[in-house]
Amino acid sequence: MIHLSLNNEPVQVEADTLLSEALNAWGYGDAKIAVAINGEFVPRTQYTIQPLHDGDQLDVVKPVGGG
Amino acid sequence: MNDLQNDNLTLYGESFTSRFLLGTALYNSPEIMRSSIEASRCEIVTLGLRRQNPGNRDGDAIWRYIQESGCRLLPNTAGCKSVKEAVTLAEMSREMFDTPWVKLEVIGDDYNLQPDPFGLVEASENLIKKGFKVLPYCTDDLILCQRLLDVGCEVLMPWGSPIGTGQGLLNRYNLNTLRERIKNVPLIIDAGLGAPSQAAEAMEMGFDGILLNSAVAKAQNPPLMAEAFADAIDAGRKAFRAGLMQKRQTASPSTPTVGQPFWHQ
Repeated sequence: MIHLSLNNEPVQVEADTLLSEALNAWGYGDAKIAVAINGEFVPRTQYTIQPLHDGDQLDVVKPVGGG
Repeated sequence: MNDLQNDNLTLYGESFTSRFLLGTALYNSPEIMRSSIEASRCEIVTLGLRRQNPGNRDGDAIWRYIQESGCRLLPNTAGCKSVKEAVTLAEMSREMFDTPWVKLEVIGDDYNLQPDPFGLVEASENLIKKGFKVLPYCTDDLILCQRLLDVGCEVLMPWGSPIGTGQGLLNRYNLNTLRERIKNVPLIIDAGLGAPSQAAEAMEMGFDGILLNSAVAKAQNPPLMAEAFADAIDAGRKAFRAGLMQKRQTASPSTPTVGQPFWHQ
């Protein structure tokens, strides 16, 4: 297992898990989201090839009202 | 004579009939937000991105109503305190909303949410090189605004006063200077307005548009306040185009003095 931070909450996934697999496992499904890992934007096209590493910090965001 | 029939606002090559940009936060319900957008007659709305935890569907209605409004989306980078944060969030917004437009915020102070001028210029330059259409939320500092133009911004959005304060136009000297010195770039007053009269004044000064959120969302009747702002912005714009009279120090009678009855030499 590797240890990650998902929106500042600790989570664990199997080693060699891809981002797309983790998002599905976490229940994001087809939600309208965007992702950054360690402060770097990850394009949607990269989800299926983006590996996760121990200590990665993931930010998963959605649209909200804003000024 | 101005062309009174064609007075559209052009931003990054796109034309808008409304000069009112409305924020979508702080409403008591998504339905009130929707009604306020309709009442405002706006064609551009701002919105943001925040962390989404799995299974949490809060906010879905807001997003659905925003989409249904048909307005152009102007995502913001609210809350970002560094160039890196702002650039990353802008990139996430571009993918999320399928638009290169971004209301760029790089906040330099937690207390008054004052933009960080140095970070703002750096982030603007970075994003413009990446193909973004940057609408920077900036202060009313002339040199900052000139630097933002230098790096390629085609719209500037100086504050009237700090976000959410409702204090109106705090520094008229600076704002007038901006308008006088930057004649051919759209200038939109963003933040700090609390009353429609303040919006009208800004438009009378020659500003090209108004962006606000709190003044509508925190009104007792947000849709009615949205309409009031829309009317005030229209009125202020018409007044600017009509040309205000020159102020005078002394009174000047409007009724003819020639033929004044009861007057004897």
